[in-house]
Amino acid sequence: MNYQWNFAAVFEHTDALLHGAVGTLRLFAICLVLGLSLGLVIGLARYARHRLLNWPATAFVEFFRNTPVLVQILWFYFALPMLVPFEISPLMAAALGISLNSAAFSAEIYRGGIQSIEPGQWEASRALGMTGLQAMRRIILPQAIRRMLPALTNRAIEIFKMSTLASAVAYVELLQQGKLIASLNFNPIETYSVIALVFFVFLFPLVRATYALERRLAKGD
Amino acid sequence: MYRWDFLPVLANADLLLQGLVNTLAVTGTALAFGIPLGLALALARLSGRRWLAWPAGFVIEFFRTTPPLVQLFWFFFALPVLIRVEMTPFMAAALTFSIQSAAFFAEVFRGGIVSIERGQWEAARALGMTPPQSMRRIILPQAVKRMIPAFMERAIELMKTTTLVATVSYADLLFQANEIAQKTFRPLEVFTVAAGIYFTVILLFSLMARQLERRLAVSGESTVH
Amino acid sequence: MAEPLLRTIGLRKSFGEREVLRGIDLSVAPGERIAILGASGSGKSTFLRCLNFMEIPTAGSVELGGRMLGAERKRRDGGIDRVYAEPELTRVRQRVGMVFQQFNLFPHMTALENVMEGLRTVKGVKAPAARERAMAELARVGLADHAEQYPARLSGGQKQRVAIARALAMDPELLLFDEPTSALDPELVGEVLGVIRSLAEEGRTMLLVTHELGFAYHVATRVIFIADGEIHESGTPDEVLKHPQRERTQAFLARHREFSL
Repeated sequence: MNYQWNFAAVFEHTDALLHGAVGTLRLFAICLVLGLSLGLVIGLARYARHRLLNWPATAFVEFFRNTPVLVQILWFYFALPMLVPFEISPLMAAALGISLNSAAFSAEIYRGGIQSIEPGQWEASRALGMTGLQAMRRIILPQAIRRMLPALTNRAIEIFKMSTLASAVAYVELLQQGKLIASLNFNPIETYSVIALVFFVFLFPLVRATYALERRLAKGD
Repeated sequence: MYRWDFLPVLANADLLLQGLVNTLAVTGTALAFGIPLGLALALARLSGRRWLAWPAGFVIEFFRTTPPLVQLFWFFFALPVLIRVEMTPFMAAALTFSIQSAAFFAEVFRGGIVSIERGQWEAARALGMTPPQSMRRIILPQAVKRMIPAFMERAIELMKTTTLVATVSYADLLFQANEIAQKTFRPLEVFTVAAGIYFTVILLFSLMARQLERRLAVSGESTVH
Repeated sequence: MAEPLLRTIGLRKSFGEREVLRGIDLSVAPGERIAILGASGSGKSTFLRCLNFMEIPTAGSVELGGRMLGAERKRRDGGIDRVYAEPELTRVRQRVGMVFQQFNLFPHMTALENVMEGLRTVKGVKAPAARERAMAELARVGLADHAEQYPARLSGGQKQRVAIARALAMDPELLLFDEPTSALDPELVGEVLGVIRSLAEEGRTMLLVTHELGFAYHVATRVIFIADGEIHESGTPDEVLKHPQRERTQAFLARHREFSL
């Protein structure tokens, strides 16, 4: 029971952890950009009246929201290479899985945000002679984005947390490096505690910022 | 052109089915412990007593903020060293996901409770109810009704998150799929089928949740007055 | 004069910097019906809510049945605060019923269950007895045939009558009405006032914050006019409503002249 804590051994491998942190950040950045922008396209497509746009977008959203990310990542890593003539790297598999999953979730955020704007705003824009696309870009989206901001930062936090799943396909990120250090030093307690703390310290300010955004939004729109 | 062959998957259907059962077992266990624990955490956080509210707040925020896979590794690899117990993959998974989902459920409970109008508290207190009586008889029954959609969503998220147990060799659906894929050299078919099973089961739950939500909205009992 | 049922001494209430009640002395004898008038923001509702401790008074004291409520606690600067323990307040609230402006019926319970709730949970009455009593109260407010309805299916006037039955079921010694008809459509006001009038005829003790001056005139035994958190004028309905002595009372009544005496 009297376990002797020893964190020194973990910090001997700071370089490995930093290497992992860079991997985490790289994956995070890729998935954030791909996920949120693809999500906007799909969200708009779901909003479109045309069935040819609307239907595939809906199917995409439903599929990726209703399957676990880890299954998607493993599918891209193990299954997709059977279909395509090139290698799938761990980074590619993880980025594909997490980005497409985030795209599906953020598409719903965009759609909800756009729908929350009063019809009067559409009518006023159309009355000025704007096209549907102009109204969307100049009038609706700027208002909707403000309302969606807390949900989007929340998504960003989720993406950051999901990046750990890349360790399942041996992509070098924080958790993967943690596994390495823990097996080198036989000190899983210290290592995984440090990893958990790193994530907490990094993400908690973002969580607080999201809360603050939510409060500000609730107060006055 | 790749030639699809699902026969090897079919031959191992029993393994997949067993995996699905194990997935549901972890999900069910985590729900059974996570919901009461979540309620306790929410009540502690709302208690107004700092020595209760603060630790509860910390547990909630910590488990909501850190990645579930890191938590799972901690409980599976680190905790046994600390308390010297044999930790099976199932125990680690049940422990991790109970606490983790409790943290999320706590916020659902809290949101539901604070959404109830002040007038309800006042009417209960004006009748002479104690605060615990008001909470149990008047506030919680109304709050729970409003929370049902968020509950279902959380339960579905939980089921998806349980796939992580495959990484600590618990024989859930994903783990079984991986085993079969390696055995049969048919990863495309196996993982596609596994994804399909997850999709079907989760979509089914989602549709049920939506149906329930709509029924609640129509009956009008989820709104006040 | 009979021993007062309720008495307030120098009752004060502040919300942060804002002082809403600035020392109110009032004595309520059994059987009295006091209408409390005042402009919005005058503190009249806050005063009422201090009497069953929906709001905890900042200073001053409340006596119920001759006993002063709360306990003294010395402040650092030598002054004395009154503190109120939850169990005492629960007992006080069982003796002092309240009817709210927004009804505050419990939406997850039927009308009958609403009326039974206090009996069951607070007084520990067994279900059959509680049901019988609740049915009697519902019959008294004319809603026996709506016992199984949920509040969502009742009109505003019906809801308020259920709320009155809910308060009555607890056998309160004193009833507080906080603008009971202000949230109602005009055509529904009458049925609620009718119920309150019949309670008055039974000789119940009540305090009533209201804007219905005509009703106050006919039903109250005493009228007090509150302005800026103080009792500005008080007397019989005739004195205050027909022959107000002070300028602010006159101005207030002039703005509400549409009532018929």
